[in-house]
Amino acid sequence: MSSNKVIHAIYNDDDVLMDAVHKTRAAHHHIEEVFTPFPVHGLDKAMGLAPTRLAICAFIYGCIGLSVATTMLNYIMIQDWPQDIGGKPSFAFYQNMPAFVPVMFEMTVFHAAHLMVITFYMRSRLWPFKKAENPDVRTTDDHFLMEVSVNNNEDELVKFFKSTGAVEVKVVEVENDKH
Amino acid sequence: MYTFSSKLKTFSFVLMIVGILGIGYGFLTAPKTIQDVEKILKEEEAAHHGGGHEAAATHEAAGAESHEAAAATHEETAKTAEHSTAVEHEEAVAETTHDTIAKDTLAAVAVAEPAHAEHAENTAEAHTEAHADEHAEHVEHVFHQLQNKPWAALYVALIFFLLITMGVLAFYGIQQVAQAGWSPVLFRVMQGITSFLPVISVIFFVFLLLSGFHLNHLFVWMKEGVTDPTSPNYDEIIAGKSGYLNFAFWISRAAIFLLGWNVYRYLSRKNCLAQDEASDDVFYKKNFKMSAAFLVFFIVSESIMAWDWIMSIDPHWFSTLFGWYVFASFFVSGITVIQLVTIYLKSKGYLENVNSSHIHDLSKFMFGISVFWTYLWFSQFMLIWYANIPEEVTYFKTRIEVYNLPFFGAFFMNFVFPILLLINSDFKRIYWIVVMGGIVILAGHYIDFFNMIMPGTVGDRWFIGVPEISALLFFFGLFIYVVFNALTKAPLVPKRNPFIEESKHFHY
Repeated sequence: MSSNKVIHAIYNDDDVLMDAVHKTRAAHHHIEEVFTPFPVHGLDKAMGLAPTRLAICAFIYGCIGLSVATTMLNYIMIQDWPQDIGGKPSFAFYQNMPAFVPVMFEMTVFHAAHLMVITFYMRSRLWPFKKAENPDVRTTDDHFLMEVSVNNNEDELVKFFKSTGAVEVKVVEVENDKH
Repeated sequence: MYTFSSKLKTFSFVLMIVGILGIGYGFLTAPKTIQDVEKILKEEEAAHHGGGHEAAATHEAAGAESHEAAAATHEETAKTAEHSTAVEHEEAVAETTHDTIAKDTLAAVAVAEPAHAEHAENTAEAHTEAHADEHAEHVEHVFHQLQNKPWAALYVALIFFLLITMGVLAFYGIQQVAQAGWSPVLFRVMQGITSFLPVISVIFFVFLLLSGFHLNHLFVWMKEGVTDPTSPNYDEIIAGKSGYLNFAFWISRAAIFLLGWNVYRYLSRKNCLAQDEASDDVFYKKNFKMSAAFLVFFIVSESIMAWDWIMSIDPHWFSTLFGWYVFASFFVSGITVIQLVTIYLKSKGYLENVNSSHIHDLSKFMFGISVFWTYLWFSQFMLIWYANIPEEVTYFKTRIEVYNLPFFGAFFMNFVFPILLLINSDFKRIYWIVVMGGIVILAGHYIDFFNMIMPGTVGDRWFIGVPEISALLFFFGLFIYVVFNALTKAPLVPKRNPFIEESKHFHY
């Protein structure tokens, strides 16, 4: 980044914001970030963000959970100590499988859910004592903020964002230790 | 307006004609007399174990290698015993006693080495005596099974199509009551499919009447003398259930259910068409209330229907979640049929308001209800397998031993395949993938109904051959003809449904 200045364009309506995002993209200004108080439907598409791959992760984690359960039950119940417990056949895994299915199912769901959530936290850098990255406190309540980097075109940008219906356009210096 | 393509019409006629011919062939080739069955059994025996029964008996009398031979006959008699008891439907009890007897004698033979030859001779003699009787019973049993085959084939296809139509009707009722915003553009498609209901209800009811007039032996509890203690056919367990399982009560229940369902279908469509021409929403509200009432009636009648038409095939067995299990099976088939008909009409350019989000939603239902079916299938199986109570477990014993491939095959077709295919959100929108999944789901649920009905009617004489496939083809042809004919009768998009605009712009 040639400069450490960014524009903060603040909107008070998600429709205006969406419109502004479309215009900004059309004008080829690079959107650093958009802050909203709630999920705005279609914002990711408008910004051109790549679709998430969390679901694929979850599927893989589910497979891992299923393998863990199968291996564990097979080792404990069939290989290590194949006791006769109430006449249940423990000669081979498939013979006693119906009894294992509840565990296998829950382990699949458990791994898929928890590992996916942890993946989400790691990828979006969320943890208990994390310092909040909030450029303007109003964005958690009722304002929308678009952050666009300035490349020696400060005046042009300010004018541009004023025309997109922004209620406020600010030029802000940012420290580069962010992220 | 939809126009029924002449190609499709010809196709449906071809299916019906081929189906009729195959059904006729099935009835003509079913054995007419006990002698026919004797011949069939002889041929089978010659093919299977070169002489079977007699050879084993002489072996035994000679005393040579009597140990193995005795074991072999034991097994055989155990098998015949299993067959004959199946007629009386006392599998469970008989089987366990037989098992113990067989084991005891075997153990005795093994332990008493010196007395071994003598013992074997004794058992051999006893067996040859009992053999004639058992053989006669066995032949009669096989005779009934083979005679049942074309009837059972027809019945499976018949109930499969009837219940698919009901699955669509239930889905339609739910969409009305839930005030779903996405589905109104599909209402006419659903109404088209359920127009098959009156036709198939009549055929089904006639079939039930024929069963009641003893033209077939599908329902053992209808047999003469089962409730009469002096009759050789007397069956205490069935007699105890005769307060519920008697023909008059049974057929009147069937009449009420079929009538109730048909009345809802008729009035609902009538109101929906009237709503198109109305200036207010009176007819829409009427339909809403009627659908809510129908769903209550449906869930009660559905459960009883499952006991009457499917569970009573095995009147010694009972299961509490059976109604739900049957429901899940035909509900998912119904949704799949909606999907396939929608995709067909869309591909012909008739449903311009249907977009890939509608297809995606239906795919989600196919996926979700497939999992729901599996949940019930497994719950029913696992609870019975786990407790292993003889009078319950015999149901699955026959299915796993004699119907191994269809029993577990249905699980793969109805669960493993759709879950791996339709879990992907993008795949849910791709027509050819959805169609492929739909065909496998429908075939899987046909096999599911096959598994419910065949073991109690034809036992180990099952095969998916000419009678089974022809019956399917016939009803498929009739289904296409009636449904696509009905689709030409009304515009494919309702005009004044309060949710129609939302539905047209539905996007997921």
